[in-house]
Amino acid sequence: MTSPSPETTPKIRIRGLHKSFGDKVVLDGLDLDIGDAQSVVVIGGSGSGKSVLLKCILGLLTPEAGSIQVDGEEVVRMNGRGLERVRRKFGMLFQNAALFDSLPVWENVAFGLIQGERMERGAAKKIAIEKLAAVGLGPEVGELSPAELSGGMRKRVGLARAIATEPEIIFFDEPTTGLDPIMGDVINDLIVKCVRQLGATALSITHDMASVRKIADRVGLLYDGKIIWDGPVGNIDTSGNPYVDQFIHGRAEGPIEMQVRAI
Amino acid sequence: MPILQPLGRTFLIFLQATGRIVLFTATSVSHCLRPPIYPRLIGRQMIEIGYYSLPVVGLTAIFTGMVLALQSYTGFARFSAESAIPNVVVVSITRELGPVLAGLMVAGRVGAAMAAEIGTMRVTEQIDALDTLATNPFKYLVAPRLIAGLTMLPILVLIADIIGVFGGYVVSSYKLGFNPATYLKNTMDFVEPQDVISGLVKAGVFGFLVTLMGCYHGYNSRGGAQGVGAATTNAVVSASILILCFNYFITELFFAR
Repeated sequence: MTSPSPETTPKIRIRGLHKSFGDKVVLDGLDLDIGDAQSVVVIGGSGSGKSVLLKCILGLLTPEAGSIQVDGEEVVRMNGRGLERVRRKFGMLFQNAALFDSLPVWENVAFGLIQGERMERGAAKKIAIEKLAAVGLGPEVGELSPAELSGGMRKRVGLARAIATEPEIIFFDEPTTGLDPIMGDVINDLIVKCVRQLGATALSITHDMASVRKIADRVGLLYDGKIIWDGPVGNIDTSGNPYVDQFIHGRAEGPIEMQVRAI
Repeated sequence: MPILQPLGRTFLIFLQATGRIVLFTATSVSHCLRPPIYPRLIGRQMIEIGYYSLPVVGLTAIFTGMVLALQSYTGFARFSAESAIPNVVVVSITRELGPVLAGLMVAGRVGAAMAAEIGTMRVTEQIDALDTLATNPFKYLVAPRLIAGLTMLPILVLIADIIGVFGGYVVSSYKLGFNPATYLKNTMDFVEPQDVISGLVKAGVFGFLVTLMGCYHGYNSRGGAQGVGAATTNAVVSASILILCFNYFITELFFAR
């Protein structure tokens, strides 16, 4: 997937990425370029390796082979302070929000500011309340515990946490999974608004086509460990690629074979 | 040799696990010694481990002291050696029963809770979230717990020593007919600094082991609720075995002639 022009360094450049767990090969020579301030969505079936791709870029998993460059800097096998410095460029909305149960909502949002940037707690709380307002939540929510929030509210708090440090790159892991269509659309709108306001580069993974159409500039289909099709979101319905057609129409028959065992 | 194959495999798995624990320990200790340190988190863990364990450790200590006095009396009466009861109670409590029983009780209460909490954080991606927020999980989760365990267990054991001796004193004075003043005088005359110090050293080591096992098994838990359950069980079992094991070696270090 090569969207940025050849003369510009992409924000994220991935080449020949390999990752397997035991005998199961998940990523098999994946290539992907994400340009600055671009919103790329990677689609693919469950278990196709979308989350693994995000975790490899963040350094949470180490690939067996391949290269991942962020702003031209190689991050594979980077560790210690170097990795911490690179991670400060990132914000991430996790699939189930991954809020810290032991902290109130405002402290979850302000976590990166207090722990990562050593900001004074009072100032960090003020920013946290502003970020909660940006995702449509009142200051009273800041005092609640994550256990008291609904699924939609948890996603919004997760989004507020992801944008609190005003990162250059934001990852969205299945941002609308588990939400009703209306709340899913609210989250999609918030993602578009927040990413545009920050001018951030966004990489999202999802299998929700409504979400894809709303938040993507470019789309890539991950299948068999590789990006087998990519293009602007406007071309997705006329791609002429049988894998893409099967995926976007949600058909059981087609070239994508789901691993199901006969009863 | 079909019998040697599983034996060898088990041995290799044991070596692998030992290596992982050693690496985890080295990483954790290095994070305890290097800034940034989180005093707020250390304080919270100290309250969790020290203050909230006081009732269970206190009750264990008082009943142990009382039973010890009663059992010693029934045994020593056969040799007309009842006067040795204060000595037996204070030495048993300070050297062995105080640290070992407090360690085991804290392993059950705190080690299990730590493994469950950190394990749940692992399976719900909260530890991944810490990483992405440029916060090292060892520094944020493990180091404060290790420091709190290492410092609070000796304080708990010191309190348990006093409560345990008090249990023996109550039974001896009010049930067995000892003179209270003589009982206390005998206790103070007999106990030596080394008895108490060896117990406190044991307590520090046990506190470290309990929190280390809680953190290790929680941090490495996998596979949802079942994985967290297994991590909790493993944390308590491994900490208990290590406590009994290290108890022998520390005793040998202090008292072997």
